[in-house]
Amino acid sequence: MAGSPTNITRNGPAPGMVTKSGGRLWLTHVLMIFGLLIIFFPIWLAFIASTVTQADIVSPPMPLLPGGFFFENYKRALFSGVNVPVLTMLLNSLVMAVGIATGKIVISLLSAFAIVYFKFPGRRTFFWMIFITLMLPVEVRIVPTYEVVAGFGLLNSYSGLIFPLIASATATFLFRQFFMTIPDELAEAARVDGARPMRFFFDIILPMSRTNIAALFVILFIYGWNQYLWPLLITTDPDMNTIVMGIKQMFPSGDDTADWPVIMATSILAMIPPVVVVISMQKLFIRGLVDSEK
Amino acid sequence: MEKRVTFQGWLLPLCLVLPQILVSAVFFFYPAFQAVWQSLFIPDPFGLSSRFVGLGNFEFLLTDSYYRTSFFTTAIFSTLVTVVSMVPALFLAVLADRLIKGAGVYRTMLIWPYAVAPAVAGVLWLFMFNTRVGVVSWYLGQLGYDWNHVLNEGEAMGLVVVASSWGRISYNFLFFFAALQAVPKSVIEAAAIDGARFWRRFFTIVLPLLSPTTFFLLVVNIVYAFFETFGVIHTITSGGPQQATTILVYKVFSDGFVGQDLGSSAAQSVILLVVVGTLTVLQFKFVEKRVHY
Repeated sequence: MAGSPTNITRNGPAPGMVTKSGGRLWLTHVLMIFGLLIIFFPIWLAFIASTVTQADIVSPPMPLLPGGFFFENYKRALFSGVNVPVLTMLLNSLVMAVGIATGKIVISLLSAFAIVYFKFPGRRTFFWMIFITLMLPVEVRIVPTYEVVAGFGLLNSYSGLIFPLIASATATFLFRQFFMTIPDELAEAARVDGARPMRFFFDIILPMSRTNIAALFVILFIYGWNQYLWPLLITTDPDMNTIVMGIKQMFPSGDDTADWPVIMATSILAMIPPVVVVISMQKLFIRGLVDSEK
Repeated sequence: MEKRVTFQGWLLPLCLVLPQILVSAVFFFYPAFQAVWQSLFIPDPFGLSSRFVGLGNFEFLLTDSYYRTSFFTTAIFSTLVTVVSMVPALFLAVLADRLIKGAGVYRTMLIWPYAVAPAVAGVLWLFMFNTRVGVVSWYLGQLGYDWNHVLNEGEAMGLVVVASSWGRISYNFLFFFAALQAVPKSVIEAAAIDGARFWRRFFTIVLPLLSPTTFFLLVVNIVYAFFETFGVIHTITSGGPQQATTILVYKVFSDGFVGQDLGSSAAQSVILLVVVGTLTVLQFKFVEKRVHY
């Protein structure tokens, strides 16, 4: 992307012709807040629903301000849930998201290092093999991938949740691009000093990649946390459900009324970790987003 | 692009690429190959043997009215998602770009929905429009409009489109906002000196300068609508009513896992593979031209 999205006041207020008059600026704020209210309404409503009783919800219209059952609903969701305590699902999601992010970063760092800093037989072939896996989402090859995972006996396991989603090359490609920008003099100096390649990797490359790794971690964490189809297929045991796919399982299959307060509390709990990660690491997140789409 | 300075040896680099090669081979290349292979067979109903049918599965799909309908549904769905997620995002980005103070705060708030999983977004919107307890559907009822996305195909489509676009607005906003910030102020001032008003400046100067970003977002959003909206559709409509919201990815899932029609599901996977491959090539051709390292 052109320009740095993190730097808002870069051009500063343009003096003269293009500055905005006070009245217009006021209107801009109003429109902006109006837009934000619309965008936030679904989240607000979910939050309200998680603080009232089932009786408040099933006799519409439900209240639009928080009720007094916050602790009760969340306690019920976290420790008993519908099929399985939400705490279990949160833990599963955490393992999956961290596993995917870490796994993908580790294998990509290694292979990108090999591809950039070595000339070995089959290097081009490997590069293209890895390159082909870019962007081909798991959704396209679900049935055979499911069969492979089932064949390994990995249904209802963390490995089964994690590995198939690591098999894509976005991160490798990204690290390759970054390593290309590292000055050759550093490798030269390391070689002259007689440093072994892995020493160079751990002492120079890894510390230099810190920001890229962190930015990628944020993106991959959210990617992993928000997976739906894959956990839906391979976790038949409620104890292995992730929170994002588990919410749908909380709806009754028949004509019974759903336990809305608990379901909405679970929805809020499902969005808190990724939202906290995104908001608290906003700069890294935007950098990762822009980098990974380049 | 090549590095001038490289290290010697071939065993170490092979070990370094091995984990990635293994994971890709087992969970990517083999399944992709399997998808192509299975698409050439029809398994018998008991799964004991399968019969080679060549391109029979593809032939059947192309003449199958359900599949053609699903293609058409996907086209409408992805077009709508792209428009509904990009237009408000551009509008909000233009607003934020006009602000000197507070843009950062608005941006922080706007990122929020991006972090919400599509499946969770589906649950939130389902709750608002639920036919029995939904707040929005209740107020619509008060206004004399009888909302029922469980029966009405158009309303079902509208609901999954809005639920899918919602989190995407954040994403598009970030890219539009960054692009707007990068538009040189001098160009705008020159136009202003020539007497061009805000909207005229916007349509004649700013919008053309945004075209690389817009094109990029078009491709990315279409890919999103094709593949990542499964969670929204599964939570809200499960492809119904009367398959009105069965997009291609959903059909691969429902034919393969619910209907157990593996040959057809595999053939559909192969078709999707071609679609996503085309989109990827398109994007890379464009990235090559745009990014100058």
